[in-house]
Amino acid sequence: MQEPLDLSMFVRRDAGLSRLDLAVEGVGCAGCIRKIEGGLKRIPGIVDARLNFTNHRLAVEWRDGTLEAGDVIIALARIGYRAHPFEPERAETDEARHARWLMKCLAVAGFAGMNIMLLSVSVWSGGAGDMTQETRDFFHWLSALIALPAVAYAGQPFFRSALRAIRARQLNMDVPISLGVLLALGMSVVETAGHALHAYFDSAVMLLFFLLCGRYLDQAMRRKTRAVAGNLAALKAEVAHRFEAGGELVRVPVAALKPGDRLLVRPGERMPADGTVISGTSELDEGLITGETARKKVAAGAAVYAGSTNYSGALTMRVSAAGAGTLIDEVERLLAKAVVARSRYLRLADRAARLYAPMVHATAAITAIGWLVAGASLHDAIITAIAVLIITCPCALALAIPAVQVVASGALFRAGVILNAGDAIERIAEVDTLVFDKTGTLTLPEPRVVNAANLDPDMIEKAARLGLSSRHPLAAAVAREAHDRVPYEGAIEEPGQGVRALIDGVEARLGSRAFCGVANAPGPLSDFEPGTSVIAFAHGDRSAVFAVRQKLRPDAAPVTRALAERGFDLRILSGDQPSAVAPVAAALGISQWRGGLDPAQKIAAIDALQAAGHRVLMVGDGLNDAPSLAAAHVSLSPICAAHIAQAHADAVFLGEPLAPVLDAVQIGRRARRLMQQNLWLAVVYNAIAVPIAIAGFVTPLIAAVAMSGSSILVTVNALRVRRRGEDRAPGSAASPQTSVPGARSP
Amino acid sequence: MTVLIYLVPMALLLGLTGLAAFLWSLRSGQYDDVEGAAVRILDDGDIDRAQQ
Repeated sequence: MQEPLDLSMFVRRDAGLSRLDLAVEGVGCAGCIRKIEGGLKRIPGIVDARLNFTNHRLAVEWRDGTLEAGDVIIALARIGYRAHPFEPERAETDEARHARWLMKCLAVAGFAGMNIMLLSVSVWSGGAGDMTQETRDFFHWLSALIALPAVAYAGQPFFRSALRAIRARQLNMDVPISLGVLLALGMSVVETAGHALHAYFDSAVMLLFFLLCGRYLDQAMRRKTRAVAGNLAALKAEVAHRFEAGGELVRVPVAALKPGDRLLVRPGERMPADGTVISGTSELDEGLITGETARKKVAAGAAVYAGSTNYSGALTMRVSAAGAGTLIDEVERLLAKAVVARSRYLRLADRAARLYAPMVHATAAITAIGWLVAGASLHDAIITAIAVLIITCPCALALAIPAVQVVASGALFRAGVILNAGDAIERIAEVDTLVFDKTGTLTLPEPRVVNAANLDPDMIEKAARLGLSSRHPLAAAVAREAHDRVPYEGAIEEPGQGVRALIDGVEARLGSRAFCGVANAPGPLSDFEPGTSVIAFAHGDRSAVFAVRQKLRPDAAPVTRALAERGFDLRILSGDQPSAVAPVAAALGISQWRGGLDPAQKIAAIDALQAAGHRVLMVGDGLNDAPSLAAAHVSLSPICAAHIAQAHADAVFLGEPLAPVLDAVQIGRRARRLMQQNLWLAVVYNAIAVPIAIAGFVTPLIAAVAMSGSSILVTVNALRVRRRGEDRAPGSAASPQTSVPGARSP
Repeated sequence: MTVLIYLVPMALLLGLTGLAAFLWSLRSGQYDDVEGAAVRILDDGDIDRAQQ
């Protein structure tokens, strides 16, 4: 029995049409497009359905009043696809517009570059032969006619950024770029008016074209990761059961909840919002909030936080305004401090620019003065100085870092790591200390059966399939052991006790020991560590007792060992009881651990490490980790993390394994090495080209060859991040599309 | 070589037409779903409907 689903907040109405955007799970082949679009268009009232195969999003339009938004999702479920309503973030639409603008600039620069090169090549090859001065001037003026408007349009991204930097009294890479391009154009116009042999229109436009390529790639990579992150957010968004004014229950998306709403939270469900309990008693698992694995008893009047799991009883709660809870207040206060205190990291590219821009300008000035002193005319001295500026224009330098970043983030993406911050790759590479949270980070976010090895596989399978019919978290943990995920027919759940069904004509029960009649559990319970829950299963006269506990991520031990072997200092800072942290630390061989920390103590521990000169990578998932994630040099969160933790992490990793942490560190280091190599390549290029320019031998032909040659060199070098990334750790990288955490809901 | 005076501008005009066509295709959203376009071409659904 399901209550009606109210999705009106996601529907946009326009001229008699309603429009809904959905993120769709499980789109993988060409057939999906036809099945989804064809299936929806057959429904009367639906005007259009269009699936975007690239980002797995579906836009549906229907005539107002013919059907409800919920019907679309139900129709999709009938076709076999789970869809989640989706609201594009502001940042995402802004970035899409920016990318489109960059593409337009790139198109204009490309068009202009090709046509000017056509004219320039004619001049270069004809200049020494039979081309008359009139023809050459005509070609140069035509080039000017193309180049001036093209640069005025396509150069905007650089001019704006350079202006912004100058206003802030800083130098970035765009300042020398803008100056070089403008001077090259101005000089070429003057030279053309004086019937000169050389003009640099092609250099200026080609430079812009190469740089725009780098910018566009950079933008496209960020947009792609953001689209995936947006889909994951939509997939994770849960629904809450809200009491309407008349007392009836309606399912609404969590995003539509307002303070004051009354909600019903059943056992096995997550708290959809922060608030206070009005009625009912239950036990809550607050692992995602405080890291503690022991359950907390709540009754009327208790404060509850979004993300905790309701274990035993149904609760009625009232949504409170954000920040009313004491824990949230504390976390937000610490966050504000940590974000401000985070040392403003200076990116490698900006550091290079700081060094580079004054050097280039000084060299050009010295060249001009030198030629003047040597007795050259003012005109010649200035021409030579401008040639120095053109040849040093940081084509290779401006591509050196974005190219590596694009390839590295692609490699990270395949390893299941999605970047939130662009400079995270550089910061990950500098890390020497890794700090882990325990609950949900080293351990799996949901409890698992830990004594499966001691039980009869046949009994496990029967219990697991029976568990599929229950919403209780312990039964759900048992149900994860099922190989054949088909529930038994006619299973009946008895609230607060368990679930029963007939298996092969004999009654089977899964639930509390009293419910199953297993008074004396086989196997000594004292063996089980603290934090362990038991659930019993009886089938006829056979019975089994399952121990359910937080379990380590499957590859936690090998990954931490590999990290330790590579010389990283590993630590655990947990909010859970020390008695619960100790066994995990022992299993992973991590000697430096602390338990029972509150958010402020976690930050203090990280600050102490950083003050001692360590660069800390924090890996955490809980609400209580959010401030320390923001305070650390760089931070990672699993995809199951609390919203606020994810928002403050530099990158998010997908799936169950811990391997993405190792991959991220390794790809980051490799990327940084290649960035430095590329910068050195650019330096070598300049060391060769600049003396030629100073000597006054640079012709437009030499400038064109040097610029494109160096750009291609650094781009090819950047591709090496990828090649060596793929021969490592096969199977550790799940494709982000397939390991989407849709498995959370039963 | 006076022929260049109208040949070169003509060539430029052709190039500009190409640029305008590209900008139009960009504006009309033809690059929003690049992977989808590659798969949709294999879909024969429209042919079946035309033959019925």
